[in-house]
Amino acid sequence: MKPHEQVSAAIRAAGAEGRTALVAFITAGYPDKSRFRATLAEVAEAADVVEVGVPFSDPMADGLTIQRASRGAIEQGVTLSWILDEIAAMEPKPAAPVVLMSYLNPLLAMGYERLAERALAAGVAGFIVPDLPLDESEPLDEALAAAGLALIHLVSPVTPPVRVEAAARATRGFLYAVNVTGITGGAKAAGEGLQAYLAGVAAKSPVPVCAGFGVRSAEQVKALGAIVPGVIVGSALVEALERGESPAAFLAALRPAG
Amino acid sequence: MTARQEQDHAAQLEALLDGRFPDARGRFGPWGGRYVPETLVPALDRLQAGVAEHLHSPEFQACLGAELRDWVGRPTALTPAPRLSEAWGAEVWLKREDLAHTGAHKINNALGQAMLAKMLGAKRVVAETGAGQHGVASAAACARIGLPCLVYMGEIDCERQVLNVERMRRLGAEVVPVTSGDRTLRAAIDEALRDWVSDPEGTYYLLGSVVGPHPYPYLVREMHAVIGREARSQVIERAGGLPDLVVACVGGGSNAIGLFHGFLGDPSVEILGIEAGGRGAGLGENAATISFGRPGVLHGTYSLLLSDDDGQIYETDSVSAGLDYPGVGPEHAFLHTIGRVRYEYAGDVDALNALDECCELEGILPALETAHAFAGAKRWARDNPGKRILLGLSGRGDKDMPTLAKFPKGGAR
Repeated sequence: MKPHEQVSAAIRAAGAEGRTALVAFITAGYPDKSRFRATLAEVAEAADVVEVGVPFSDPMADGLTIQRASRGAIEQGVTLSWILDEIAAMEPKPAAPVVLMSYLNPLLAMGYERLAERALAAGVAGFIVPDLPLDESEPLDEALAAAGLALIHLVSPVTPPVRVEAAARATRGFLYAVNVTGITGGAKAAGEGLQAYLAGVAAKSPVPVCAGFGVRSAEQVKALGAIVPGVIVGSALVEALERGESPAAFLAALRPAG
Repeated sequence: MTARQEQDHAAQLEALLDGRFPDARGRFGPWGGRYVPETLVPALDRLQAGVAEHLHSPEFQACLGAELRDWVGRPTALTPAPRLSEAWGAEVWLKREDLAHTGAHKINNALGQAMLAKMLGAKRVVAETGAGQHGVASAAACARIGLPCLVYMGEIDCERQVLNVERMRRLGAEVVPVTSGDRTLRAAIDEALRDWVSDPEGTYYLLGSVVGPHPYPYLVREMHAVIGREARSQVIERAGGLPDLVVACVGGGSNAIGLFHGFLGDPSVEILGIEAGGRGAGLGENAATISFGRPGVLHGTYSLLLSDDDGQIYETDSVSAGLDYPGVGPEHAFLHTIGRVRYEYAGDVDALNALDECCELEGILPALETAHAFAGAKRWARDNPGKRILLGLSGRGDKDMPTLAKFPKGGAR
């Protein structure tokens, strides 16, 4: 199975077990660089897919929590290269597929061919790049596709239907449906408009759709999970880690009861 | 350079002059494009369609032309600088954007975009500002047009440009100090983009330089091209011919691109952009993006920028808040690549000295940004005696008084 297929399979497997897949986001090396591997291993036990944030100095689409996490990680010397080395060195490997979330510039700085090679060797399954819209994605997409890696595209509530269809055709792993017109960690995702939008996206996508931005509670996971197979939890998990809470316990509490 | 490279560069310049760049994907050769969250793509599509429909329509141009004349005060003067000319051994002419309303070239773009925002149905305008000139221009233009305006400004810039903060507030804008990131222009742009991501349909982002995702580099350049058009006809009429050198300071590069565009098709005219050399040549010590940068993506565009091996953007340093930006407009990266414009840098000390010289010899207090252009022009004049120089005086220096007060005239520097 190619790495990107492992991501889709993990989400589908959760559905087969009657669960909503949880995609859990952490910023690499934050709050504590020395605990990165342990945190990743623990999160991977509790989640179906792990999204590891590569810190960037100018995170355009992120709210205060992830901005703070990115800055904290950069101050500790966390780089894309370090993250790939750390994941490559993990033994045993994380229990869930790992995708990296990075703004484009760190990926450009490494070079796409080398990036694909190192990601594949490290056991990373793919990438989410929030400042890379579909129209600009071809060079990175080619390099990742050649290695069987996912390039996970995003759609938002203001994306026209024709672009949703194009993103759904192009994406590998899953299609990332942004819940809100806004930044991460912001307005709580809710409402009938959201349900209609997600249902529309899910109807168009041949790969699983995961809904993210503003997800903080088991009630939301339950409501969203009724429409799409997976949800993404980011800022709320980062804040739990900042408070020193167990990520496994935090994620378990997000699973709808019953 | 090989003959083939020269031919290629000539063809690329021709494509730019013919209007084939930016291309349909918003690129000047390899530079430019649109690297933004998906949420912003429809807003940029709408803006692009609006620009295509209105910008060059006779109605819009007539309204804009009238406002530029009656409210901004265009055409701005072309001033001979006899005492500087004597000191430098060159014939120096100054294109006086400092005499435009609100005191800098920024008003050309702010007014034009505010008018466009209104036509496109925006309910509010957000802008970012570094030195405060774009913020003041945006606040004034929005007041004139009748749109609410919110300006993001880095906390550090708020402190060093306190007079402009007060001006913006008096002009009716809300000024929001940005406490995240590097707390300067770059963080202010980040925050304005986040605001726009949160309301892409009702908000118009009035970007202040020739940076950012397509169509902004094109749109902002078109708003400032009036500088070069005026300057070219004025210098031919007043001086009797084209200049040998056209020079301007380059931060993001909006004043420079506007001036340069009037002369790109004149092969006899040498064109020089002067970046902020700050304290030195090391990364983090300056804001000289083309001189020391590398290709990368920041704030939605592929251009040259100051970043490290891991792709992290470097903190910049310049005595001039208006030049303190780690990127540069993609069209400048293009003009650098094809060799049509040469880019050099001048350090803080040279700029401060040049500012004093202009004050003493011409009775003009230029902005600290512009002082870099003076320093670069003076250096060029030493190697090119007797030549004619046209310098883009991008803005006046009143706003810089709190900074200048820290550098006593002729004092410890």
